[in-house]
Amino acid sequence: MTQKIFLCALFCILFFTGYAQNCSYTFKGTVTDYHDGTSIFGATVYLKNLDRYTTTDYQGKFEIKNLCKGELQVIFSHVSCETKEVLINLTEDTFKEFNLEHHIEDLKEVRITSATGLKNKTAQTTVLKTDIIDKYSSQNLGDALKNISGVSSVNTGNTIVKPMINGLHSSRVILMTNGVRLQDQEWGIEHAPNIDINTAEKITVIKGANALEFGGDAIGGVIVVEPNRIILKDSLYGKSILTGQTNGQGFSLHSSLSKSTKKGWYLNAKTTLKNYGDFESPDYVLTNTGLKSQAFSVQTGLKKFESGFNVYYTYLKNEIGILKSSHLGNIEDLVNAINSDNPLVVDDFSYTINAPRQEVTHQLVKADLYKRYKKLGKLKVQYDYQNNQRLEFDLRIGADKNKPAIDLNLSSHAVNTSFEFDSKSNQTYKVGFMGAYQNNFADPNTGVKRLIPDYDKYDLGVFTIGNFLLNDKTSLDVGVRYDFNYINAKKFYFKSRWRERNYDNEFSTLIIGDFNTQWLVNPEFKYHNFSSSLGVSHELNPQNSFIFNYALASRAPNPSELFSDGLHHSAARIELGDLRMKQETSNRLSTSYHFNNEKTALLVELFVNHIRNFMYIEPNGTEQTIRGAFPVWIYKSTNASLFGIDINWLQKITDQINFNNKTSFIRGKDIVNSTDLIDIPAAKTQNSFGYTNKKWHQFNANFESEFVFKQNLFPDTNFEVFIPTTNSNVLVDVSSTPNSYHLLNFNTDATFKLSQKTNVTIGITVTNILNTNYREYLNRLRYFADDLGRNYLLQLNFKY
Amino acid sequence: MKTIKNIVILVYIASIFAACSNNEDPIVINEEEVITTVRATLIPQNGGATIILESKDLDGDGPNEPVITVSGALDKNKTFAATLEILNETESPADNVTLEILEEAVDHQFFFSFTNNIATATYTDQDSNGNPVGVKFNVLTGSAGAGTFTIILRHEPNKSATGVITGDITNAGGATDLQVTFDITVI
Repeated sequence: MTQKIFLCALFCILFFTGYAQNCSYTFKGTVTDYHDGTSIFGATVYLKNLDRYTTTDYQGKFEIKNLCKGELQVIFSHVSCETKEVLINLTEDTFKEFNLEHHIEDLKEVRITSATGLKNKTAQTTVLKTDIIDKYSSQNLGDALKNISGVSSVNTGNTIVKPMINGLHSSRVILMTNGVRLQDQEWGIEHAPNIDINTAEKITVIKGANALEFGGDAIGGVIVVEPNRIILKDSLYGKSILTGQTNGQGFSLHSSLSKSTKKGWYLNAKTTLKNYGDFESPDYVLTNTGLKSQAFSVQTGLKKFESGFNVYYTYLKNEIGILKSSHLGNIEDLVNAINSDNPLVVDDFSYTINAPRQEVTHQLVKADLYKRYKKLGKLKVQYDYQNNQRLEFDLRIGADKNKPAIDLNLSSHAVNTSFEFDSKSNQTYKVGFMGAYQNNFADPNTGVKRLIPDYDKYDLGVFTIGNFLLNDKTSLDVGVRYDFNYINAKKFYFKSRWRERNYDNEFSTLIIGDFNTQWLVNPEFKYHNFSSSLGVSHELNPQNSFIFNYALASRAPNPSELFSDGLHHSAARIELGDLRMKQETSNRLSTSYHFNNEKTALLVELFVNHIRNFMYIEPNGTEQTIRGAFPVWIYKSTNASLFGIDINWLQKITDQINFNNKTSFIRGKDIVNSTDLIDIPAAKTQNSFGYTNKKWHQFNANFESEFVFKQNLFPDTNFEVFIPTTNSNVLVDVSSTPNSYHLLNFNTDATFKLSQKTNVTIGITVTNILNTNYREYLNRLRYFADDLGRNYLLQLNFKY
Repeated sequence: MKTIKNIVILVYIASIFAACSNNEDPIVINEEEVITTVRATLIPQNGGATIILESKDLDGDGPNEPVITVSGALDKNKTFAATLEILNETESPADNVTLEILEEAVDHQFFFSFTNNIATATYTDQDSNGNPVGVKFNVLTGSAGAGTFTIILRHEPNKSATGVITGDITNAGGATDLQVTFDITVI
């Protein structure tokens, strides 16, 4: 139809121009797609100042005859392309080539996804968007991610929440924020990811190591946090989210403002403040569990089709109180704590954060630029610098009272480049190179033996990935990656420890200094890591589709697995790394089935993960010191096998009522010793009913039941210890898991228009409605206190 | 051409990082708060041999066990005036931790226990609130026998909890800073 109109217009034009005088020039040209150079058929070519039209033919060619000398204002437009305007000075018969870009919406989808390696629908990916992220504005990234079936968390209290993907966490999970791999001493269980959830507009979780672009060591998976999309129009917009809650008697305030121009310039700034006092379990105050957090980020750049750049800075400072009663002097305190139903210290509610506490400041600067080459692809170059300053304060006496017991400064530089060959629509390739340098400095002024030594670390990585669209229904994804890691550390060992660990034979050449009772040792280790991934997705019909995945990943031991050496007071345990650690290698096979029709969306994900040299930490007897006995936790390695199933089922009951079930089950086995693996999350099922009515101010209400089973599969790492106070041997039960628990949660919100461009969403959330007492297996403070009690949360979300 | 230029820039940037690593050796830390030595000096009232009980662990939190020495047996049915010395001997001269404990006497208390009823202990010192500390105490031996003597130091105990000021550790709470056990004989 449109074609007919165009032809008609063309005839009219030709007809009228027939009368023009002294005008005999011809303007010819072709219109092609910028990406792949293919001809664009049916594009409109409009000469604005002459009000003349034509359209391109199958070869993308057009021709307008009988033109006068002078300036032509030419506008090219096409249904799925951005309109382009050019000025031509016609002095003779002219032939020109023009490129059109894909339609903006398409472009974003394609670009964003491929730029982050997510285009491959062949991986097990799940996306969280603003609606969910905003609800968690006052909480942690880890809390929000638990909305994804198969993602859980390992906690130290309720403010240190580390995401866990299919039972794996810490160094096995890569966290990408705005294209930067977060380097924030992620190895420690009590090290929360240094990321303000409010900087995210979209969070993607990729289970398994299939996103090789980010690293070859993501044995658990990758979490990709992306900030605002840039809108290419002149606009100024922002939002403010104010959340107040009863548990912790605190608030969170987030504000952001963005400015963008049609030409592609943009600038945005965000800030978040959080302040909580002691949280409460149903029966008592969790003394010293407050949180103070300040975050700020700013980003600016230019986003054009052919080129652009982005400069980004974030600052995050968290001051986190650690439950007072979790500070232990020795094993007897641990026994007392385990045997006592209530925490041993319960004070009145307070906003004060005392020792033990953490003060962590993370700063990140990034600059990237990209350039697109016609008919070839896109080059991207990025540099980032991160500084992570970690202070941990313990209960100390005398002059050291206000001195941190741990003072680590980790600075990391990284350069990433990649080239994406995307000119062919059915196959794209990406090659990339990464170089990184990291330095850790443990300040000796703490007067406490360094838990992690000073070290320099260099990483190099190269990868190549290819996406192939085999036909309309099947796509294939292949990737390989090689990483080289080199670590050079300088560490003091007590001579007694060096002997006890039997390092004398193997590592005596590493000794570079003798300091009375200590050796200074210079371990230098090199690791070569290969990883690869393969993914196939196939659509049987519009309702049913499958994904098959294989990933080979290898991860070099992290500094804590190699070097940990010392008494960790917050956990009352001596932690020992092992210089003999070899890298771990994972082979993961997974498959997903997706069913989708008007009423039902069902996603079932299965995986098997075999990990050779799986590194883990486990209790291993006790050591006697003058403070008493301490349990010793040793890093070990074994061969492990994990398998699991994650289900997400969404069912529309009526247009307004829906039902959602999320269930996950996972098992972890130590194949060498035929035992269960430690710290594997228990099976969990969440069922919720939601009601939505768009007419009532977009009213939503959601009632959720969350049931967590008791973990019956755990290794027995209990040990006996002599308690002098009672003159008896006591079994220290560190293994037993807490009972199953059931929580009910409710959430409702509605949106009201305040003016043309301003609206406010008012939300009310109640968690743990029944004020149930419970303890979670994967919370390290489960020995000491119950988890959180009921919490009322009121949120105002202004968009302007 | 531009690509090459970009690569050159990258290599340049990378080499800056490579160059800025420092090769200085880290400074050795001699732990300030480690308690290596606990020494109890028991002076018998009305004459007799002074008894010294000592537990020494020079590698601090290291794997070596503390070395425990008891200079001799205690006379039966006798009162001993006891004084504790807590030292960090990884430093030279040794750091007297007892002074730091006394500075924060309100937040510290020693607890003493004997098995087989071989002796009892009573506090002879006070913090600024009039509560016991336990750096100074009396030991009253019973009849002859053998058993253990355990000294525990609690940091931030609840001194107002039931029984705590009389030396009962049950309700004391706090964190254990020190815990040593001596095998002793009463003759």
